[in-house]
Amino acid sequence: MQAAAAARPPGCGPAWLDDARHQALRAFMERGLPDTREELWKYTALRALQQQAYAPCDEDAASRSVADDLLRLDGCAGPRAVFVNGTFRVDLSRLDNLPEGLTLQPLSEAMQRQSEPLRFLLAARADEDEDGLTLLNRALAADGLIVRVADGVRASQPLHVVHVGASAGSAVGWHLRDLIELGEGASLAVVEHHVGDDASGHLANLVRGVTLRANAHLDWTVVQRASRNTTLLRRTDCVLHDHAELDFHALELGGKLARHELRVDLAGARARFASRGAFVLDGRQHADSEVLVTHRGRDTLSDSLWRGVAGDRARGVVHGRILVQPGADGSDGGFYNKNLLLSPTAEIDTRPALEIYADEVKANHGATVGQLDENVLFYLRSRGIPLDTARRMLVRAFCAVTLDGIQPASLREFCETLLAEQLPETEA
Amino acid sequence: MLKIENLHARVAGKEILKGLSLEAKSGEVHAIMGPNGAGKSTLGNVLAGRPGYEVTQGTVTFDGNNLLEMEPEVRAAAGLFLAFQYPVEIPGVNNTYFLRAALNAQRKARGAEELDSMQFLKLVRERVKEMGMTPDLLNRAVNEGFSGGEKKRNEVFQMAVLEPRLAILDETDSGLDIDALKQVAEGVNRLRSPERSFLVITHYQRLLDYIVPDFVHVLADGCIVESGDATLAKELEAHGYAWVRDRTPAEAQA
Ligand SMILES: Nc1ncnc2c1ncn2[C@@H]1O[C@H](COP(=O)(O)OP(=O)(O)OP(=O)(O)O)[C@@H](O)[C@H]1O
Ligand SMILES: [Mg+2]
Repeated sequence: MQAAAAARPPGCGPAWLDDARHQALRAFMERGLPDTREELWKYTALRALQQQAYAPCDEDAASRSVADDLLRLDGCAGPRAVFVNGTFRVDLSRLDNLPEGLTLQPLSEAMQRQSEPLRFLLAARADEDEDGLTLLNRALAADGLIVRVADGVRASQPLHVVHVGASAGSAVGWHLRDLIELGEGASLAVVEHHVGDDASGHLANLVRGVTLRANAHLDWTVVQRASRNTTLLRRTDCVLHDHAELDFHALELGGKLARHELRVDLAGARARFASRGAFVLDGRQHADSEVLVTHRGRDTLSDSLWRGVAGDRARGVVHGRILVQPGADGSDGGFYNKNLLLSPTAEIDTRPALEIYADEVKANHGATVGQLDENVLFYLRSRGIPLDTARRMLVRAFCAVTLDGIQPASLREFCETLLAEQLPETEA
Repeated sequence: MLKIENLHARVAGKEILKGLSLEAKSGEVHAIMGPNGAGKSTLGNVLAGRPGYEVTQGTVTFDGNNLLEMEPEVRAAAGLFLAFQYPVEIPGVNNTYFLRAALNAQRKARGAEELDSMQFLKLVRERVKEMGMTPDLLNRAVNEGFSGGEKKRNEVFQMAVLEPRLAILDETDSGLDIDALKQVAEGVNRLRSPERSFLVITHYQRLLDYIVPDFVHVLADGCIVESGDATLAKELEAHGYAWVRDRTPAEAQA
């Protein structure tokens, strides 16, 4: 990636931060971008990124105008944090009147005002399993969101986080680092929303750390409708302590290449993770959903249900891995994935994997790839429903289980509409 | 209304219909009987436009238009309805939602105003009452987990809502209990009018006691080998299909 090589880590910070950034950049230069020899990147090649030059940031991100319609999302009338081309926009955000106990700060601001408390996060040594992108993010992340919910605080309205890819005239990249921490018994709902106008090309590299203290509950919904010119790379590391719960929903519709590596560490006893996700792709879109769950605490639960739909020449990847560590006795993990191919040139690779090193564990997985049932299509058509509509109905029905749990209902309905509108081009 | 001439059709490379001719005029009810494997369902599928059913010879016109050129949904909008011998289950698609989508798609194709949800519910409630349909079935996914008889009733219920001009009932009576059989027959009789026609495929004389046909045809080995009035069904019941074969070998070749 030429842009990365040319990029300078955001400077002018405290010495420890600049050091950490330089170190990360050197490590990245040595390591390079992930390639398909790496297990978790087997089916997702980043070759195209090497051929395209992305400016390391959008200089005018702070002043780009963004239509309010683009930001709006049904069911999200409360607090809102908006990033445009990777830059926090206070003018577009709604962060006044936050409930007591919920604090929210853009990383850029925190680094300027009081960077010391962030030292543990930004100068921490890289983990072994960090890939080139994460290193690059360490070196270059200039903004992000720091969200904290105090012990016992239950935020009533969802926090709407919008990432806008706005046309910048030429291709731009950005790197964001988020930190979300819920105190003991706290609860929060986050709606992560990716939108964009069809633009000059965007590369977004997002790295998030999520910590749920004992008995905390996070409900997280991703509505991804980035522009078709966007390469969206996300990695999220979640740690759940005793009895903590994470409910994750994802509807992935946009992007040229959209990947999310969701790592969930069920560290505490009885921690629970549930995920429901779907991608619906057409054209030459590529989506990669990696859900990597580690059961470490006793009696931990994980339950994932994913649906993939690909038409035209689209390519989908689903990788669900359940790792049960020694000592995580009594754990119960499940990963179920069904996929639908709408054209002979579409492809979906699904790999569920179980690794179990504990006793009295229940772990299950299942994965299928199929096509729309011709008999069902004919039945619908024989009742007067045109082929396109019939396909849409069936795709919607196929994905419905992944949307059912989305809260509030107005957001769920909106997601259902988005999904119906997305339907891939039909082929004979 | 419907005119089939010298129809030849293949399924999976095998010729099933071998020169079938049949004409049904407006307002007529035609019963089609015949041994298992004769091609009765094949005829229904060819008329409804099922992919994979290849017509190799012959013509079918519906209201003077070439039916074989139309997509299945266009045939439906033109007023053709097939009650399937084996209705499929459609998990995840709500029965009421489906039926409204179907009705409105047909109305739209015909240039008629679409029904809003109030108007549609009113219509559905009326039909539920008339057909003795179990309302619960409407809130479930289409045919999913329905009993055999419930599936058949659902087919006839759809017919009552969609009000086709030509309805083909493929063994809709099989698997129905006696009360359901009567209700289905009443549903058909209620729709009978000078503008509508029916092709009723059945193995049993009993249905024809309730839906008295204008004509009865025997379909054997891909052709109509015998036609008559309602009394033909009674003869068949008494003598079996061998009797037709023995009696009319020459016609069977025609
Ligand atoms: N998809 C198919 N592939 C192969 N053979 C088929 C297919 N569909 C129908 N056939 C064959 O075509 C012949 C006619 O079948 P059809 O279903 O039309 O019979 P039918 O008259 O409706 O019989 P029944 O009274 O048992 O319902 C049968 O021999 C059947 O096996
Ligand atoms: Mg049959």
